[in-house]
Amino acid sequence: MWTSYLIYVFIAIGLTFNGLGVVGLLRFPDVYTRLHAATKATTFGSIFTSLGVVTWAFTQLYLSGNSWNLTLALHSLIAIAALLLTNPVGAHAIARAAYKSGVKPKYAVVDRLEVGK
Amino acid sequence: MIAFIITTVVAFVIYLVLTAGSGHFMMFWAPSEIVMGIFLSLIVGAITKNYLCKSGNYRMLNPARWLLFIVYGIGPFFWAMAKANLDVAYRVITGKIRPGIVKIDPKLNTDFAVTFLANSITLTPGTLTVDVDDDNVLYVHWINVPYGEEKKEYASIGKVCGSFPRWARRVADD
Repeated sequence: MWTSYLIYVFIAIGLTFNGLGVVGLLRFPDVYTRLHAATKATTFGSIFTSLGVVTWAFTQLYLSGNSWNLTLALHSLIAIAALLLTNPVGAHAIARAAYKSGVKPKYAVVDRLEVGK
Repeated sequence: MIAFIITTVVAFVIYLVLTAGSGHFMMFWAPSEIVMGIFLSLIVGAITKNYLCKSGNYRMLNPARWLLFIVYGIGPFFWAMAKANLDVAYRVITGKIRPGIVKIDPKLNTDFAVTFLANSITLTPGTLTVDVDDDNVLYVHWINVPYGEEKKEYASIGKVCGSFPRWARRVADD
């Protein structure tokens, strides 16, 4: 079916961005810039791989009518929602903990948090 | 009491979504699954009723806010997230960064709106929320501070997060 091409596109986008996240983790100089790469790119990539699963499951549901596929699709959607809600909070907590334990942002042109406290 | 009802209903809806496809009652569920779902949601609601609606403000029950939330999630938020990822990809490949921590004052009142905005900021172009102080001022780590922006006390909100504060006010604030 035509949705198989859609699945390929979703998985390709997802893997590309997950890979870019990993490369960013290796290339960036300090904690904060690495968190940029780690949170944004991997959240986005994981959303697209999960969307690939959802598309596959709905295609199977349409073809076979087996309700197990509906469960798979809904659980993937819940996983997407959970990822979207928890990933930024985790990044926020890591950044704040790093700052509180005295890690300064490298090459920073401005640091309002230091001036403020 | 109303907090208990809300918590129970939310838990029950999540239970229904998780168990869809278990039978044929109302197309998707087995009857025994629904009875068990009500029973478990009542227990969850009784235990956790003091946490979900802590502020005692029930403005999020308004369906117009849910609709706005969905429109926001599919439209501006997803678009900004796609742009953010292309931006990060560009910076990963070229290594051009000019990082800094700036301060913005979005003038939001409620905790939920600030959480909403902070999460949106973290997932969108080149910004990461680091800290929030008591006056709801956000400290944002910006991966590419534009020239001139580092001298201002408060960075311009439009450049840091676009129209997100307006959306946060509409969806989550009083």
